[in-house]
Amino acid sequence: MEVILQARGLCKNFGAVSAAAEVSAAIERDSVVGLIGTNGAGKTTFINMITGYLKPDRGSIEFEGRDITPLAPRDITRLGICRSFQIPQLYGSLSVFDNMMVALGVVLANAGRGGFFSRGHPVVPGFDAPAEEAAQRLLERFGLAEYRDRNAQVLPGGVRKLLDIALAMVSRPRVLLLDEPTSGVSAGEKFGIMQMVLDGVRAEGATVLFVEHDMEVVSRFAQRVLAFYDGRIIADAAPQMALADPEVKRYVVGRHA
Amino acid sequence: MKRVPLVLGAILAVVLVGGPWLPQWAMFIVTIAFARGLVALGLMLLLRAGLVSFGQALYYCLGAYAAGALGRFLGVSDIVVEMLAGGAVAAAVAFVLGFLLARYRGIFFGLLSLALSMILYGLLVKNEALGSTDGFNILPSRLFGLRPGPDWVRYIVMACAAVIAVGAALLVHRFLGTPLGRLAPAIKDNEIRVEYMGASARYAVHVKYVLAAALAGVGGALAATTVGHIDPDMAYWTTSGEFIFIAILGGTGNVVAPFAAALLYGAIHTTAYDLSPNTWQMSLGIALLLLIVFLPQGLFGRFAWK
Repeated sequence: MEVILQARGLCKNFGAVSAAAEVSAAIERDSVVGLIGTNGAGKTTFINMITGYLKPDRGSIEFEGRDITPLAPRDITRLGICRSFQIPQLYGSLSVFDNMMVALGVVLANAGRGGFFSRGHPVVPGFDAPAEEAAQRLLERFGLAEYRDRNAQVLPGGVRKLLDIALAMVSRPRVLLLDEPTSGVSAGEKFGIMQMVLDGVRAEGATVLFVEHDMEVVSRFAQRVLAFYDGRIIADAAPQMALADPEVKRYVVGRHA
Repeated sequence: MKRVPLVLGAILAVVLVGGPWLPQWAMFIVTIAFARGLVALGLMLLLRAGLVSFGQALYYCLGAYAAGALGRFLGVSDIVVEMLAGGAVAAAVAFVLGFLLARYRGIFFGLLSLALSMILYGLLVKNEALGSTDGFNILPSRLFGLRPGPDWVRYIVMACAAVIAVGAALLVHRFLGTPLGRLAPAIKDNEIRVEYMGASARYAVHVKYVLAAALAGVGGALAATTVGHIDPDMAYWTTSGEFIFIAILGGTGNVVAPFAAALLYGAIHTTAYDLSPNTWQMSLGIALLLLIVFLPQGLFGRFAWK
């Protein structure tokens, strides 16, 4: 399988705390990778370094063979790596539809379309449709159509999560990083939401890395698991193998072997 | 998208056709309302992105002095040339200062813009060549090289003001519909998300800042040629305060609001001054208080005309 994202020897310290110590991983195209570990193990730091929010003290990150370590988040986004957030980052004063329109506007602007002098409704790259139609299509794919005109501030938790992910999908990323997509979602809804997200994301053809604390969700949806502990990756294997690893059981899952 | 152009067209028609029947003092008030409305229109652009500039008088004053300097040093007093020059000078200065200001948000943006306008005030007060605190008089207005008769000057200036203001409002209206214009409320709500969508919030703010300055510069030049005199008080912070008052009075719903608010402000100001010359600020203050309590979104805040 072709490697789309490669991390080599990433190190990141916050004072005396080591959030990443020699983290290396090669992510294959079209795979679904689960990131597990206790709070503070380094999962979100790993995501933050890939998306450029944090710069590693040492090490490098390559995306499709290109070194993206020094780039700013917006440049990394433009290359095709997007993320969702543990706490949904929405535009609270706008409707769900307008949230999507802002995002699609950015895609248009980055493609040099939809500017002051453009006429009519330019086609959004990757959708072959004007922004209004592309927004509607994505809202339907993520089960958000019924909330179209609701204000983003007043949405239920699970819907906010879905909108956050739908916003990340607007630029049709080739790698999508989901930070705890099911946190704050009731136990009964978790599987449904995760299924919808992965169906939606896979239909767009993106490689997925997701952070998750629920091991049932991980073993059901991930093809591969990276287990983090104390800034290191202590296991990198298929879910059944990784979750059976004694170190993972001890430090991550919390059940002693 | 159709309603705003129609309303603007109607306003232009009313001013152009009905103008000659207005008394001279009313023409003055309407023209000044266009000048202040242009500044408030720029402030509205910034307000939509959550930025309050306490120093828009900087560009208002720069525009006025650019127009004045044209007459004083080059003998040019064509209204249209003055307004274009005012806008161009303001935009050029804002382009440079924007590299600094676009990095700041909230109170820091506000106070930095205030400080910059007070620097201009300080420079003008000390500058003998530009009349120091007294300022200087502007040459009588001309249009396309012709000098209108005394009965028609006010109308000609008002008509030019209407054409330019309506044109600027139409351009801003169109800008609001572009991806860059749509980004304003997004920057106000969540700048982190803006960056993670692949857009530069700083670039967007910089563009809006330059546009706002250009509008204020045009407004300043228009005010200069209308009043016939300019002085450093045009850069003083209380002038910026007036513009914020007007921008808040209008709200950020549509591009017509700043002009309506500027006209209302002029009416309140003139009436208050007429009734009680020594306490007009108090009347204005009470009006602002009532406004904030009863119309927190401005006169037109509730009508986001499409």
